[in-house]
Amino acid sequence: MADSAPILEMRSITKTFPGVRALDDVSLTVERGEIHAICGENGAGKSTLMKVLSGVYPHGTYEGDIVYDGEIVRFGSIRDSEQAGIVIIHQELALIPELSVAENIFLGNEQKGGLGIDWQIAHEKAKELLERVDLKVDTKTPIKNLGVGQQQLVEIARALSKDVELLILDEPTAALNEHDSRLLLDLLRDLRSKGLTCIIISHKLGEIMAISDSITVIRDGRAIETMDVTAGGVDEDRIIRAMVGRPLESRFPPHTPAIGDVFFEVEDWTVEHPQLPGRLVAKGSSFHVRRGEIVGFAGIMGAGRTELARSLFGRSYGRYLSGTIRMHGKEIELRSVPDAIAHGISYVTEDRKALGLNLLDDIQTTVVSADLKKVKPGMALDDTLIHQAGEKARRSMRIKAKSVSVGVAKLSGGNQQKALLGKWLFPEPELLIVDEPTRGIDVGAKYEIYGLLNDLASAGKGVVVISSELPELLGLCDRIYTIFEGAITGVLERGEADQERLMRLMTGVGVDAVV
Amino acid sequence: MTALKELFSGGARKFGMVIALLALVIIFNLTTNGLVVTPTNAQNIIFGNAHILVMTMGMVMVIIAGHIDLSVGSVAAAVGVIVAVATRDWGIPWWAGVLLGVACGLLIGAWQGFWVAYVGIPGFITTLAGMMIFRGLHLYISVQSGTNVRVPEEMWFIGSGHLPEWGPDTGLNNSTLVLGLVGIALIVWGELRKRAAAVRLDGAAPALSVSILRAGGLSIAIAYLTWLFGSGRPGTSFPVTGVIVLVIAAVYWFLSTKTITGRHVYAVGGNRAAAALSGVNIKRTNFLVMLNMSLLASVAAILFISRARTTGPADGTGWELDVIAAVFIGGAAVSGGIGTVTGSLIGGLVMAVLNNGLQLMGVGAAQTNMIKGMVLIAAVAFDVYNKVQGRPSIIGRVIDGVRRRPASETSATAPTA
Repeated sequence: MADSAPILEMRSITKTFPGVRALDDVSLTVERGEIHAICGENGAGKSTLMKVLSGVYPHGTYEGDIVYDGEIVRFGSIRDSEQAGIVIIHQELALIPELSVAENIFLGNEQKGGLGIDWQIAHEKAKELLERVDLKVDTKTPIKNLGVGQQQLVEIARALSKDVELLILDEPTAALNEHDSRLLLDLLRDLRSKGLTCIIISHKLGEIMAISDSITVIRDGRAIETMDVTAGGVDEDRIIRAMVGRPLESRFPPHTPAIGDVFFEVEDWTVEHPQLPGRLVAKGSSFHVRRGEIVGFAGIMGAGRTELARSLFGRSYGRYLSGTIRMHGKEIELRSVPDAIAHGISYVTEDRKALGLNLLDDIQTTVVSADLKKVKPGMALDDTLIHQAGEKARRSMRIKAKSVSVGVAKLSGGNQQKALLGKWLFPEPELLIVDEPTRGIDVGAKYEIYGLLNDLASAGKGVVVISSELPELLGLCDRIYTIFEGAITGVLERGEADQERLMRLMTGVGVDAVV
Repeated sequence: MTALKELFSGGARKFGMVIALLALVIIFNLTTNGLVVTPTNAQNIIFGNAHILVMTMGMVMVIIAGHIDLSVGSVAAAVGVIVAVATRDWGIPWWAGVLLGVACGLLIGAWQGFWVAYVGIPGFITTLAGMMIFRGLHLYISVQSGTNVRVPEEMWFIGSGHLPEWGPDTGLNNSTLVLGLVGIALIVWGELRKRAAAVRLDGAAPALSVSILRAGGLSIAIAYLTWLFGSGRPGTSFPVTGVIVLVIAAVYWFLSTKTITGRHVYAVGGNRAAAALSGVNIKRTNFLVMLNMSLLASVAAILFISRARTTGPADGTGWELDVIAAVFIGGAAVSGGIGTVTGSLIGGLVMAVLNNGLQLMGVGAAQTNMIKGMVLIAAVAFDVYNKVQGRPSIIGRVIDGVRRRPASETSATAPTA
């Protein structure tokens, strides 16, 4: 079945940047026709290694050799590696939202006809490719109309159009819900059976173990260990230990819930889609949060969790139709984001780069940006107060940065998330809503963020966690609500919740007719 | 090395710009055989460019917020002729005319602000329309009331006046001298405050040598400028119009760095969606920057006509280009979110010195324009090149950038996961 010679050997790769050795004598062997996963904390060097392989860092900027298909290769650019059959799909999908599926697939690789681009052929070929990835959309559909899961499949179709032999996927399921993730992984298995070799960079240990043939762990720029999954003996703890360098007792810090009375209630919350009148994104949702409680919201992508949260947070999404919010027993109206902040509600957005952070700012400016009045004692903003607020956040959240004047764009994903969290803890909220709080973050940083959420709950505040990672919700929350197509379909307490039950409620199975 | 870094807290870009400015002054002084660095010429530079400098402070806020205003020249022209005609034909006193002009500026700003902020028409289109509308208005009024309307004599001091001479004979204009001393006092006070703040924040003040160098250097610069402006022909001084520019600069420095609205402008320009979700009133912020720009355009108009003493058909022509160029030379980013008032002023001075030096050299208007255009491209290209390379400008390698500079961009050369 598989050739005995490995398809790829990276030998003693070393890559340095001014002041830092990103890769230190890293060797990697990938067998033909296998799915090889690469794990490591943020900043470990995974993406750097793949950039060396794909030609983003051309030959000459690194030491060591890349042996592909038995020959030493010297890629000068991405085009070179693509011509050799190596295609990389980045975490941030490189698709143009306004252009169609076919246009995106052949971007940079246009199908030329007699006088220009032959669109007929392009659409035909695109259709074939979409069939290979089992994506049933019209090739003329603009990308922006597709869900993230579908966009991911378009990227894979694009890779297939380049006759890929070795496909590199960087965090392919990071932005996908369980359902789409499963579809993607099934597709990869299918492609593997047809001879494709894959390298997957991922934080999702469960998925990696389910799909990979081998796993290489990278830590601090060094290849620590390569594990043969098919041989057995590999479990998540072993991977985590290799990634982090120390045994992690558990993925979730210990927490003793100290839950008090209900202090935040939402009743019959109904919100209309901003662009599609008549379509409801929240259908009479009701829920409550108690002091000291961590409440989760589970649902498949598009179910309406973020829409619910944002519509509550100062009506920043959709058209409010009806419903009440009660805080400390009193009915309140949150007509704008400043209203919500003034009432002690903070909302940490799901996309920290696009919606949460001003990447031009430094840490201290970010930390105070949701409540500037706090650092303005008189007529002017007080630099000292800003600095102090920044320092406090940096210390209490253990943000890894030289100082609070470091730009947030320079921080790793985990530290950026902490800075964003710090921003929303600064106004000292009563209720903190976090949307996908650990997306794209390594295991160590996740643990720290869970700890911060636990601390907040222990201090008597309410925490709402919206997440697509069911294990995360199960490990963290005291209660979990499930949402399906804009309606709350159920609520499970800590003891009675498990992935299966949640999934059933999340997919509307066994639920009475949802309006 | 760290001491050197601490010396220039304004950021590498501004440091680079100041060096460029000094270099230009020196070069032009040589090529014109000393015509540039004279009291009269220094005063002329201020007289001739005060209106541009005032507008750069409004334009930088517009550009930071992510918009642009192409109408400022036309707005200034229209306001100028309105003020001139009103004081001449309606018999209102000159100061009422000034107030009327400012009111017009606010009205125009509100108009443009409405379209940009509340209707959502891009600033480029709105102010392009404004450019046409107000140029037309200027022409219309001129046709009705005469192409060269005389400006009341009582107003002339604003644009062409000097500070009074008084007191003992010090060899310098005493008003300028006082101004200089106040400036030096402010610098010393500012340095002392910086040290006190450093003690509070970091536990220790910077090395005394750094403070002395920094405060000392600036004080010497101010002392020199005081001498330069104050030692002209008797009766001349640092221009009144220059004092106005300084006051406005102080106000806008404060507004942009120390107020919540100022912070909001940067937030809107840096990441609009994040700003909205942080509680910033996007519409109000956009409205205010457009309102403010036209307000400053009206102030610029008053400065200009009170110097020119009559209005003219070419008033305001091309001003927006000078103003916008000044802002970008001063370090603003085309994508918004970045820029400073002081940087834009330095950029404005670079353009002013360029204008002045080339004129003294006898270079014609045509060639001057070509040179100015190339300087603009060179300045911004240098900046863009360094940003793309992922490192601060070459000077910045020695000196850390501070706030308001782009904190960084994720670049191909920086290590990621």
